[in-house]
Amino acid sequence: MTPIERKPPLGRKVQLLATCLCDAFYDDAAIATVQVLEHLGVAVEFPAAQTCCGQPAFNAGDWAASRRVVRHLVRTFRGELPMVVPSSSCAAMVYHGALLAFAHEPDLPEVEQLARRTWELADFIVNGLGVKTWPGRFDAALAFHRSCHTRGSQSAEAAATLMRSITGVKLVELGEAEQCCGFGGTFSVTFPNISEAMGRLKLQHLRAAQPDFLVGVDTSCLMHLGGLAEHEGKPAKCRHVAQILRDALQNGGLLAAEPVDQGAPVAASAEGDPHP
Amino acid sequence: MKTQLIDQFAAQVSPEKRRSVYESTKATHEKRVKLLTTHFADPDGLRRLAGGIKQHAIENLDTLLPLAEERLKAGGAQVHWAVDAEAARRQVLEIMQRRGATRLVKAKTMVSEEIELAPFLESHGIECLETDLGEFIVQIDHDHPSHIVRPIIHKNRREIAVSFEKNGLGDYDDDPTVITRRARVFMRKKYLAADVGMTGANFVVAESGRLVVVTNEGNSRFSLAAPKCHIAVVGIEKIVPRDRDLSVLLNLLARSATAQQLSVYTEFIRGPRAPGQPDGPEEMHVIFIDNGRTEVLAGECREILRCIRCGACLNVCPVYRQVSGHAYRSVYPGPVGAVLSPLLAGEQFLSKADLPKASSLCGACNEVCPVDIPIPDLLLRLRDRAKREGAPSPGLPPMGPWSLLASQPTVWKAALFGGLMLDHLPLRLIPVPALQAWISRRTLPKWRGGQFRKWLKTRGKSHG
Repeated sequence: MTPIERKPPLGRKVQLLATCLCDAFYDDAAIATVQVLEHLGVAVEFPAAQTCCGQPAFNAGDWAASRRVVRHLVRTFRGELPMVVPSSSCAAMVYHGALLAFAHEPDLPEVEQLARRTWELADFIVNGLGVKTWPGRFDAALAFHRSCHTRGSQSAEAAATLMRSITGVKLVELGEAEQCCGFGGTFSVTFPNISEAMGRLKLQHLRAAQPDFLVGVDTSCLMHLGGLAEHEGKPAKCRHVAQILRDALQNGGLLAAEPVDQGAPVAASAEGDPHP
Repeated sequence: MKTQLIDQFAAQVSPEKRRSVYESTKATHEKRVKLLTTHFADPDGLRRLAGGIKQHAIENLDTLLPLAEERLKAGGAQVHWAVDAEAARRQVLEIMQRRGATRLVKAKTMVSEEIELAPFLESHGIECLETDLGEFIVQIDHDHPSHIVRPIIHKNRREIAVSFEKNGLGDYDDDPTVITRRARVFMRKKYLAADVGMTGANFVVAESGRLVVVTNEGNSRFSLAAPKCHIAVVGIEKIVPRDRDLSVLLNLLARSATAQQLSVYTEFIRGPRAPGQPDGPEEMHVIFIDNGRTEVLAGECREILRCIRCGACLNVCPVYRQVSGHAYRSVYPGPVGAVLSPLLAGEQFLSKADLPKASSLCGACNEVCPVDIPIPDLLLRLRDRAKREGAPSPGLPPMGPWSLLASQPTVWKAALFGGLMLDHLPLRLIPVPALQAWISRRTLPKWRGGQFRKWLKTRGKSHG
């Protein structure tokens, strides 16, 4: 995958595409995204009409249905501001997948216009804003899951760069890091046997590495891996990279804790303390 | 629970077979990565260059194929064109019958598998012997190859020893050296008695009319040494413009296929035996086979014709590693097969339309492909085509209603808050296959629909 060439961000304001998974399950990852961006002096606009990036239908082969959702996305995110997404998968859908689905459509230029200002969060921080080190502290061993939609993009390297720079963080290697976790959107339910086998392999490597947290740039992979682990009765603590960045700021006294309706403070369910 | 065919197949693969396929594909893949990154400063740049060469070639077949024909004829070969499998089989048979030939020794060629040549020739009384050791074992077992480079990746040596014993090749002995020696003794006699030797071609150079055949066992060389006639069956996409293009492609082929710098045998063939040459076939035929390729070229997945059949995408594919080759019900398995097989099926497209779905779209295949084929994009295009042509997709939740929901913000928001009831329902009783497929293996996280929006509102910073 070769991502479309993007425009450098103008000013310090962005639009946030929170993703449907954050909208439905992982509110804290979206909250952390806002807090992290605001810490960097970036004003965050949340277009309330947003829904989803259209990827589920795109991957399922129902491109007509996918285009309907993408058109809604394009209408919702008008303007010139960068669109920041706390997911490499949704970002890739906009800057790559949607372009395939619209190859023969008259409104391709409008989709391209959005594609050129679409950024995955870590990529935006490091390569859009030029921030390469992260303050605060986070005393934990982290295993970074390199999700597949970071291939061909700078997101994985960006996320690793930021985490590596945090005082107290120890990044541990995961075996067969380039292997897919087996989520794959609808693949996880239409090919459940294979999806599960792929996930179990990841969990084996995870357990061998023994990190305190499994960290990713996509809640989707974490939902699958965390769900498998918990179903086995051996839960794994999962975090979105935004949560690590935000918690590092809080631990370093650089960000006041905001009142949050606690209930699911972390990416996967049934987990431990989010502030080690 | 109804899942996709390949997933059902996965459930039946024995753990032993899965482990051996997994281990060997993984080992080859890792060695390949090491080799490419230590030998070349910019292996990705090289892959893109190779992809560019092959893309150029397939887009210029209209000039390169006639040029190749002219050069091959100048070198003394006879050139034939086969529009489909049937035509190709007939041409081979005619050549053999004209010579009164009844015995064929055959090096490994995937296109001969594709056109189902061996069963056809055998039904016309021609003995057709596979001389690649793996293909030979497949042949005596009446089995099918499960990998394009390593046809018996699904078999272990004990199974092979049993087959050898059953086929009168000696008492049970599963020592690989013994197995290989027995095959060699058996085949040497066959080479000497054969009337015709058959090969494929990894590349055909247009400017020189040079056929390139790579093997590791030397069986193609033997197939050309004794028989008086050489027939090469070649897919039309094997053309490359210039001899110098081979320097890029051969370097990538062996490293990608078997993690070798170069295959043990690389043959350059420019025609039948020339006057003054001591041996070699006195007659040479090259059969260029279309069999659906020009249709592929005219469509939106033409990049797949760049493929040089190295199998690197099979080795790295997490799905292939779980199911191995037979799951794909096709001559070409794995990621490349998931694209190529439905396309080559022509009017039977729908019978193979499930193959492109057997991928998590992880992109590993594209990352390793020596000719940089965007396989995930092609899989997606084929999924779109399958949907438009009405292919069924078991286990898949309908996307139409979902897309309506996801394009109407008020309904979407209502659903986010309404979803809260998920936490209070007995999930196992909800008859939605996708939900059951999820919760039979994984827990579902707690529903937090709309909570993020609520947070934004309370803190008064929403500008939306």
